Amino acid sequence: MPPPDPTARTYGRRTFLAVVAGGASSLVWGGSAWRAAQHALHPLARALPGNLRAIVPSEGWRIYTVADTMPSFDPARWTLTIDGLVERRQSLRYEDLLTLPAAEQVSTFHCVTGWTVTQVHWRGIRFRDLLAVARPTSQARALQFVSAERPYTDSLELKQALRHDALLAYEMDGKPLAREHGSPARVVIPEMYGYKNVKWVERIELVAHPSDGFWEKLGYDRDAWVGRSNRG
Amino acid sequence: MADRQYVLRFSRTERALHWIHAAAFFLLLASGLALYLPTLVAVVGRRPLVRAVHVDVAIAWVAALIAVMLFGDRHSLRRTLAELDLFDEEDRKMLRGRRFRAARFNAGQKINAALTAAFALLFAFSGSLLWLGERDTRFRFANTVLLHDGLAYFSLVLLVGHLYLAVLHPATRHSLRGMTIGTVREDWAREHHSRWPALEREAAEPS
Repeated sequence: MPPPDPTARTYGRRTFLAVVAGGASSLVWGGSAWRAAQHALHPLARALPGNLRAIVPSEGWRIYTVADTMPSFDPARWTLTIDGLVERRQSLRYEDLLTLPAAEQVSTFHCVTGWTVTQVHWRGIRFRDLLAVARPTSQARALQFVSAERPYTDSLELKQALRHDALLAYEMDGKPLAREHGSPARVVIPEMYGYKNVKWVERIELVAHPSDGFWEKLGYDRDAWVGRSNRG
Repeated sequence: MADRQYVLRFSRTERALHWIHAAAFFLLLASGLALYLPTLVAVVGRRPLVRAVHVDVAIAWVAALIAVMLFGDRHSLRRTLAELDLFDEEDRKMLRGRRFRAARFNAGQKINAALTAAFALLFAFSGSLLWLGERDTRFRFANTVLLHDGLAYFSLVLLVGHLYLAVLHPATRHSLRGMTIGTVREDWAREHHSRWPALEREAAEPS
């Protein structure tokens, strides 16, 4: 072996340690950097066609499912059941949903794992209008959402569901909900993390008390307020 | 040419580490994309199975790397580590864009090795946190998934550059032979790695 070079520097380990330190500390600052990258790359994403947009961080959607297969929407067979503590049990077909008063909003979607999607255009039915059809009884205090993706369920207190920006959405960004986004209908409540925004909703049961949903049974907060809940 | 001489560039242990890492990376990338890209999620489905594959491959990857480091040629690994760590004046010339004479590794290869090792550690760290975070809220941090995803983007950039130099670039693609068979042509080594001490010893025959 040649004699050691006195001018040599240990840049290899320094590079390694600097990257590891930067990466590990990104658990603190990574969210801000990601949002800055989203903002910077947004024009690029908009210039890309359809599915290619998903590879750009600015588009941001990640699809989480818990079952082996993703539910498929069959308009001929699908119904939304509203039952439990109601005066008039309902079984609504997809075309029935479309006849109810429609609401639109643009809001930000937050996932509890740290990613967000801004400027999502939703169209759907406010829960106030949806529940007016079924007429909840005076004992009803919460809505239990049952997804076609078994065994996913979650619930909202009645007053949470009646917020001005909560709805049962059937369109996203001007198109009917895509399969991966919960077609044909999903909960949208922007002030709460995504796991409360139940996809593939096929039953809404009015109940006296909210109960723990799929992720809440694994330790997540029942009230998933963005920025306030699930803080360890 | 029959009279070509060859020189050993990578030991079996080094090659085993490289190919275990490469194979695991591609399997983790494929399963990771099937978990990450909405279109692929819808097409592939079976998220619990894909996630199980992703986690199992990651565990096998770490276990295999540790096994090779424990039971392989540790002397050659220590020597390679020392070579990758030290940047001398010729390496600094390369980084400044000036003419340089490389030893067994040039500065770009050393940086690639440092980044790859750092990314691997961070992937394992963030992946473990994601796995644990689903089971215990104490391990759940808001930005863990962003670190994991960000690493995937940076690794892809690194991979594209690495593949281009290893497979396509005329001046460097011969190095792939060193990582598959172990040896490289002596004349190629003298041209691209003229300060490599092994060139001063007797050249090896093709293996």
